[in-house]
Amino acid sequence: MITTSTNTGEELLERLSRAESGESPWGCMQCGLCAASCPLGDAMQLRPRDLILQLLAGNVDRVLQSPSLWMCVGCYTCSLRCPRGIELTDGLWPALRDSSMQAGFQPPAELQETFQNLFKYGNTLGKSPRQRLAWAKDLNVPVRDLSKDPCRVDVLWLVGCYPSYYPRNQLVTRAWARILTKLGVSWGVLGAAEKSVGECERLFGEEGLFETLVEENRKLFDQHEFAQLLTLDPHAYRALQAFYPRYGAWYPVQHYTMFLAERMPQLQSLIVRPVEATVTYHDNCCVGRRCASYDAPRLLLQLIPGIKLVEMQRHHEDALCCGGGGGGMWLDGHIVAHGGHRLSDDRVLQADATGADVLAVSCPYELSRFEDAAKVAGLEQRLKVRDIIELLAESMELGEGSVA
Amino acid sequence: MNIAVVVRQVPDLIESLDIDSTASALDWESISFIVNECDDHALEQALLLKEANGGTVSVVAFDFGDVENTLYTAAAKGAERLVKIPCETHRHPSPWTAASWYAQVIRDLAADLVLVGVQAHDEFDGVLAPALATALSMPYLGVIRGVQAGSRPTTVAACKEFPRAVRARMEIELPAVLGILGADRPPRYVPVSRIRNAMNTVHFEEPGLNVPLGESPVSVCRLYPPVSGTHAEMIAGSEAEAADRIADILVEKGLLS
Amino acid sequence: MSSRDVLVVADVQRDVLDDTTLELLSVGRGLAAAAEGQLMCVVLSADGQPFAESLSAADRLLLVNDVQLTVYSPGPYVTALQEVIAAEQPGVILVGGTSIGWDIAPLLACRLQAPLLTGCLAVQRQGDGLSASVSFCAGKMMADVHIAKLPAFLMVMPGSSRATDEVGRARVEIRVPSAPLAAEQIRFQEWVLPEPGDVDITQQSILVAVGRGIQQEDNVELAEELARVLHGAVCASRPVVDQGWLPATRQVGKSGMTVKPKLYLALGISGAPEHVEGMKGAGLIIAVNTDPNAPIFDVAHYGAEIDALDLLPALVEAVSAKKV
Repeated sequence: MITTSTNTGEELLERLSRAESGESPWGCMQCGLCAASCPLGDAMQLRPRDLILQLLAGNVDRVLQSPSLWMCVGCYTCSLRCPRGIELTDGLWPALRDSSMQAGFQPPAELQETFQNLFKYGNTLGKSPRQRLAWAKDLNVPVRDLSKDPCRVDVLWLVGCYPSYYPRNQLVTRAWARILTKLGVSWGVLGAAEKSVGECERLFGEEGLFETLVEENRKLFDQHEFAQLLTLDPHAYRALQAFYPRYGAWYPVQHYTMFLAERMPQLQSLIVRPVEATVTYHDNCCVGRRCASYDAPRLLLQLIPGIKLVEMQRHHEDALCCGGGGGGMWLDGHIVAHGGHRLSDDRVLQADATGADVLAVSCPYELSRFEDAAKVAGLEQRLKVRDIIELLAESMELGEGSVA
Repeated sequence: MNIAVVVRQVPDLIESLDIDSTASALDWESISFIVNECDDHALEQALLLKEANGGTVSVVAFDFGDVENTLYTAAAKGAERLVKIPCETHRHPSPWTAASWYAQVIRDLAADLVLVGVQAHDEFDGVLAPALATALSMPYLGVIRGVQAGSRPTTVAACKEFPRAVRARMEIELPAVLGILGADRPPRYVPVSRIRNAMNTVHFEEPGLNVPLGESPVSVCRLYPPVSGTHAEMIAGSEAEAADRIADILVEKGLLS
Repeated sequence: MSSRDVLVVADVQRDVLDDTTLELLSVGRGLAAAAEGQLMCVVLSADGQPFAESLSAADRLLLVNDVQLTVYSPGPYVTALQEVIAAEQPGVILVGGTSIGWDIAPLLACRLQAPLLTGCLAVQRQGDGLSASVSFCAGKMMADVHIAKLPAFLMVMPGSSRATDEVGRARVEIRVPSAPLAAEQIRFQEWVLPEPGDVDITQQSILVAVGRGIQQEDNVELAEELARVLHGAVCASRPVVDQGWLPATRQVGKSGMTVKPKLYLALGISGAPEHVEGMKGAGLIIAVNTDPNAPIFDVAHYGAEIDALDLLPALVEAVSAKKV
């Protein structure tokens, strides 16, 4: 069915040679650090180094058709370690995936559906946009829907897809609304008008979709007055901070851990009770490894009396990815079918090995991935997965059923 | 092979459907539209036939709702001609009247093969595909899964689905209309950048018509959401609690051995 | 021979009489009786005699026997049926929502410029015409409709009526087409049967059914695990088969199998009418779907508003524990 991708191959190579530093593979010296670092390298038919070698040899078709292209989970380990500074994760990979789809090769089916959901409904779950505020039902703090009730706010909080729709995540979303209110911050959300920020789409390789989302979000944000954007999602943070400006859309933005880190004294004064737990923190890949922000989450956890912080063997820049990035949330089937496995299964064992009773996270994907993995490993009784927000809310007595 | 595909938009069922104040029609102002699934399969089948045997694919749609997006997507997938039929309505006319309008346009396209989805979920007073065949005076076969070139250039071979996973392979003399249930493979994905590209490069053909809603011999007295006589006894709780309860039910009923 | 009469078109193929025909006879009897008309039934086949007893609920059984009707082709079937309708002039023609029905009912309705209703759940006479309730939008909406004048074609939703239990009434009449029938432009070539050797889901007493909610192909394995623990088999709704995640022999519903297991676990299945048709006879139906308005909950005995993917591993564990 697919016509030869020669044209696309030539276009791709030409595009890569014109690319800003980072996308171009020409600097590769075939050292193999990327292949050895990749958590799914063993399962890949063509690991990062091999893919580049094939590109350099001109075997573009082989690269664009390789199922390995769809096994990257966006963990940035290769990018961080590459001695030539090649931006493999969010430079080269999206370009290859985009070219692959342009050439007519089909991405894995579950990912296709996600693209379609994003395009049609502006969220990855294929849920009705009208249900964006369902998480706020019966919430004991007011939620300002700026699309119905516009006014200037300090913080325009982009709630995100999983935090809006996924039941487990909604608990975190609600807790965050209470914390923001308790901090006396003026904040609002976009309600049914909100669409996905789209970072993962750039990693998925759907650049046309990413551009569409950037355009739409830009129009939307420009209708409102706010001092900064805020997100619970490291992927959205990275998109807004690193990629939106390339399209001329620049907004001050923080991940919630960064926002709270600037308000430590105030937070401290609001903490009213201890949380007795041994906690190990999982560094997420976007805010952690890619943006080198490792301290803020730990400082926040240490603010809570009763928490004993322990580190996993792999931590900070060596943390093992949960497997959810780069489209990974919708690629488990593809990855497993090609000999890979869910990285979250490994990570919870690493967490358990520390003796911790809580695995703390600060990314929406990790909550469900680690809870599933804990069940698979039979650990769910002794290892709980909590977002830092939930632990803070507990210590501030702002949990479900609390009085505002 | 010159293939014409009819692509309809139908109410998107992801939202609850609202009924208007007369209680005899859907609240069309609030309805969002989505491509009719069977028509999407019909388009895919047309593209597969063209890629295997050469020819052109023309897509025909009434102009309402999200039609432009639908047509650009079809173009991005490989359709060569896109015909957008002007109409007075904000929704799809009843098959009772729509068929003759589609037929006019398709006759002008001189299509050998017309592919239409065998069903659309908002139809209840007719079925478009066979009505279109009658209006075109072409033979019709429906409930098709898969079409290939036939034993001669003027024929195609199609599999008609029967119960219990049985199919009948039939040979059809062209020109003909086929009512598609599914194609040889699921509808392909086309990257958004291609759709955006199509928006800049593709032109629609707009025949000089203005299709009215028309009338139907079936009049609607009242619309209402289904009221079920029975409803499941709902099990509350977490997955673990629900799983436990279900396992208990199975034990009670003697289904666990 | 009047608009008071009702004609039921029997669906016969590969020597099997489709069950829907018996439901149509029940509906037809109601409509005929209301107008003191006759209930007729027509069989198009090479030889309809073997079905005479099953169809004896009709007052008159018209057997159009012709070798050209041995296997289906629209041309001869429509021509033969049109001749019967012209001769008998029934007011209402009832056709099943079968593969053949979906061709011939609309084709004839168009030829005769007669109204057609699909998805009928209930129908009765009203004045010179009919009033009916129809289901559309994948079971999410109902309409009460009126047809002012007859004749009209009705396609009744399978399972919306009981099968008739009347017998022994029919007077059998053999009909010969007035002109030779010919397949013409659409010709049957061969039957394509499913691969043997796979599981026959119609023989299973426990079925674990997966739908769109299963999301990814590798989650089918989770369902297989549950099926193993329950000593059952996995089946699917059409979207899962369309994706190629399970073979067509596992499909439950209109174009797949009709199953009557003791237990039907519907996981991530919305319950569109085409699927429900194939499984509503199951002894115990337990449905799991995140959409509380999913039509499956109207046919299930028990339900849970949970993600099937979350429930599956928990259920495997719970069931394994209780088996000990």
